[in-house]
Amino acid sequence: MNGEELTEQETALYDRQIRVWGADAQRRLSKSHILVYGMKGTVAEFCKNIVLAGVGSVTLVDDRAVNEEALSTNFLVLPDENLYHGKTLAEVCCDSLKEFNPMVHVSVEKGDISTFGVEFFEKFDAVVISCCSLAKKKLINQKCRKLPKHIAYYTVDCRGSCGEIFVDLKNYKYSKKKLEETIECQLEYPSFEDAIAAPWKALPKRVSKLYFAMRVIEQFEDIEGRNAGQTSIADLPGVLKLRKELCETNSVNESQIPDALLERLLTGTSEFPPVCAIIGGILGQEVIKAISGKGDPLKNFFFFDAMDGKGLIEDISKP
Amino acid sequence: MASEEQISAIKRAKVLMVGAGGIGCELLKTLALSGFQDIHIIDMDTIEVSNLNRQFLFRQSHVGQSKAKVARDAVLRFRPKISITPYHANVKESRFNVDFFKEFDVVLNGLDNLDARRHVNRLCLAADVPLVESGTTGFLGQVTVHLKGKTECYECQPKPAPKTYPVCTITSTPSKFIHCIVWAKDLLFAKLFGDKNQENDLNVRSSDTGNSSEHSADVFEYRKDEDIEQYGRRIYDHVFGHNIEVALSNEETWKNRNKPRPIYSKDVLPVKMTEKNGDTEKDCATGDVSVMAFLSLKNPQDIWSLAENSRVFLEALRLFFSKRLKDIGNLTFDKDDQLAVEFVTAAANIRASSFGIPLHSLFEAKGIAGNIVHAVATTNAIIAGLIVIEAIKVLKKDNNNYRMTYCLEHPSRKLLLMPVEPYEPNKSCYVCSETPLSLEVNTHHSKLRDFVEKIVKGKLGMNFPVIMQGASILYEVGEDLEEDMVAIYAANLEKAFSELPSSVISGTVLTVEDLQQEFSCSINIKHREEFDEEKEPDGMVLCGWVEAPVDKDNNKPIGNGESTSNALPSEEKDVEIQEMSGGTETVTGKKRKLSEVDESKKQKKPEKLDVDDEDDELVISDDWESLAKKNRV
Repeated sequence: MNGEELTEQETALYDRQIRVWGADAQRRLSKSHILVYGMKGTVAEFCKNIVLAGVGSVTLVDDRAVNEEALSTNFLVLPDENLYHGKTLAEVCCDSLKEFNPMVHVSVEKGDISTFGVEFFEKFDAVVISCCSLAKKKLINQKCRKLPKHIAYYTVDCRGSCGEIFVDLKNYKYSKKKLEETIECQLEYPSFEDAIAAPWKALPKRVSKLYFAMRVIEQFEDIEGRNAGQTSIADLPGVLKLRKELCETNSVNESQIPDALLERLLTGTSEFPPVCAIIGGILGQEVIKAISGKGDPLKNFFFFDAMDGKGLIEDISKP
Repeated sequence: MASEEQISAIKRAKVLMVGAGGIGCELLKTLALSGFQDIHIIDMDTIEVSNLNRQFLFRQSHVGQSKAKVARDAVLRFRPKISITPYHANVKESRFNVDFFKEFDVVLNGLDNLDARRHVNRLCLAADVPLVESGTTGFLGQVTVHLKGKTECYECQPKPAPKTYPVCTITSTPSKFIHCIVWAKDLLFAKLFGDKNQENDLNVRSSDTGNSSEHSADVFEYRKDEDIEQYGRRIYDHVFGHNIEVALSNEETWKNRNKPRPIYSKDVLPVKMTEKNGDTEKDCATGDVSVMAFLSLKNPQDIWSLAENSRVFLEALRLFFSKRLKDIGNLTFDKDDQLAVEFVTAAANIRASSFGIPLHSLFEAKGIAGNIVHAVATTNAIIAGLIVIEAIKVLKKDNNNYRMTYCLEHPSRKLLLMPVEPYEPNKSCYVCSETPLSLEVNTHHSKLRDFVEKIVKGKLGMNFPVIMQGASILYEVGEDLEEDMVAIYAANLEKAFSELPSSVISGTVLTVEDLQQEFSCSINIKHREEFDEEKEPDGMVLCGWVEAPVDKDNNKPIGNGESTSNALPSEEKDVEIQEMSGGTETVTGKKRKLSEVDESKKQKKPEKLDVDDEDDELVISDDWESLAKKNRV
């Protein structure tokens, strides 16, 4: 498995995907280590995808107990109390994920991720964060960026019928073939903190409204000291007030962030399974691209809204 | 997110899934999580190892079992209280008739072949049940919604048929590796290991046909007690040496083409193999018989030399005769038959070498010979999510919001998931708009049998046709037909059109029907004397039949299987599956979006995506609208 060539078993199992990305890419995947924080439905989908793809290892972090929400949107959690009693969400998911591909090492890490030192993150090639406050997102991103090693950093958030992915690949070099030539490409990604600090006025006019709406909700949760997703329709007045302030500060019209959209995000605190599948799929592809070095990675936000059905990429960075 | 209305519509819904494979597994899981409680699923396949990289409901221990059944069991583990009814069956079976389809609120396809899709399309039209179609290949995918009378049906848009090649390209003048594969698989392999009574074009046509056919009758026959290696070399020398020399003798053929060179085994492998390798046969079960391990050619991605290919050729032949004798005479090529794949790879490569065509690895050859579709889990998951979103709209009768969605590999105007409004039905669609077709045929030469096989079953996709002229039935298939009728039909099949009882000539209108699909079509007959052997090999041309245009950049809906475009990084762009033989573009009428849209604001249809080419070759231009303009006549 960690030798130079793919084993017979790997070749047979991965045949169809090797035909997509090649044997080299498959080898690189098999040596990679992924850290995943926050086992929501979307993240469960993502984990399923990368385990099937044949990464080297997946480390799960989520000390919460199995709850109603997990039972309803996370297909890795089987509704058998005997199976999940006394176990954390990460442990239950770990058990299920192992079944999908015995060649992938799936394990659990316990504890408060914000206390993990920089050397903890060094073990990984990609880090995926969900169910996270603004502060934590920034903190973990900084730790990953501090390391000389290249670590791909992603955040993912699904609320109701909407989903957002953020990508930070630092300085990312890769090559691709165009016709007969090999082209060397280089992309520079801003950190999460820098990206969202981009003044709204400076952004292109047609930037997705979902971007702004998510930032308002994110800041609201931060100011109110809420956990990620801990909102309801009762918060609408507070959110609208915050929107007004933010738009004024940024010299942007409030119509950029429709009421209806904010309402949907506030009330849609539980995930919508089709959106989990879509976001988990896109995220899976992105991580596979970054690890294998094959394919243009997206830069740097991806949004999906089931209402208009568009899945689009926004490049948000400080000018 | 879900309103009360939505939740209860989902709860009450009865859904039919056709296909429990790549899309099917993801779809069943997402439907179950989304609150669907009554799901029926049809799939005729059993589970294979190569499925496990994406069909995540299946485990190694399930290999060989029914996909529909195992998928059901797997999903019940996390949704024990819902009802999932599996059918390990072919959706074309007669029990899945219009009445069966009528029971459902929506039908969701997760198929991998055009034939089944067309069949389901017709049943959904007949039953007036909404259909959500989908397909994926590699990183590309699409979801489309079809409602009778409101949107296009699945067949309103032309779907290219699987690529075929002129016989002489295969037998005499190959120029691409795929021609060599077809030769090795459908001619040589079939001749050596398949049904001996089958017609076979293996021997090159030359002015000397009399002699060569006599010669060949002996050549391929294994003589009793013949040394197997000698037999192998005899075959080798005949097809790669003698036949090439015969072909070369016809100067005309090579006027504008590179000449092939004959190859003889004594020049490539002077030393007898059994002397070299001794008697170190691996004793293995029939299924595990393989040349590669034996010859230390471990890596399927390596490209073998001519000598190595020749060794594999001879060794594979030997292994077939020594370990699988009972199979010989009734084998058809199966991509999961390792020895067959090795043989075909070797044979194709030797032929390629002869014709100056680049050689390919076993991995690549297998993909081409086996029509393998490359596939990953993520695309299927995304498509499944999109299918469920559309299915929910269908249940809510959310008529103004249906969408076709394209999943792209490279963003187009920032979009990776591109929604497009569905189009109105194509008024010239012979399936849903009952437009008559015409058939150009030589009514004195062509027989009814050709019409039934090539047109009615082939092009029109009918399985159990009834062919009528006015009130009289010329031919039908059925279970309780009277003996004398069966005899009449059998006789009719062998008659030329003009010789049929009521004489079918120019101007006659035939009606063809498939009662199971509840699909009927009328065909106007037009007599034509001459047909181009190369471009119109069937000697019959169906018109008003919306064929895809002959165009290099033609686009193909995703995931129709049967694709020979398994282009891998080393494959030159020579597998152009999009060439259509003799099709003419008929874009009749203007396509209109479902919602009322001004002519001037009309959006062009985004290109259905070409599956060919390695990842990074830009097939889709960022400006897909101009591409669309280009492909319209």
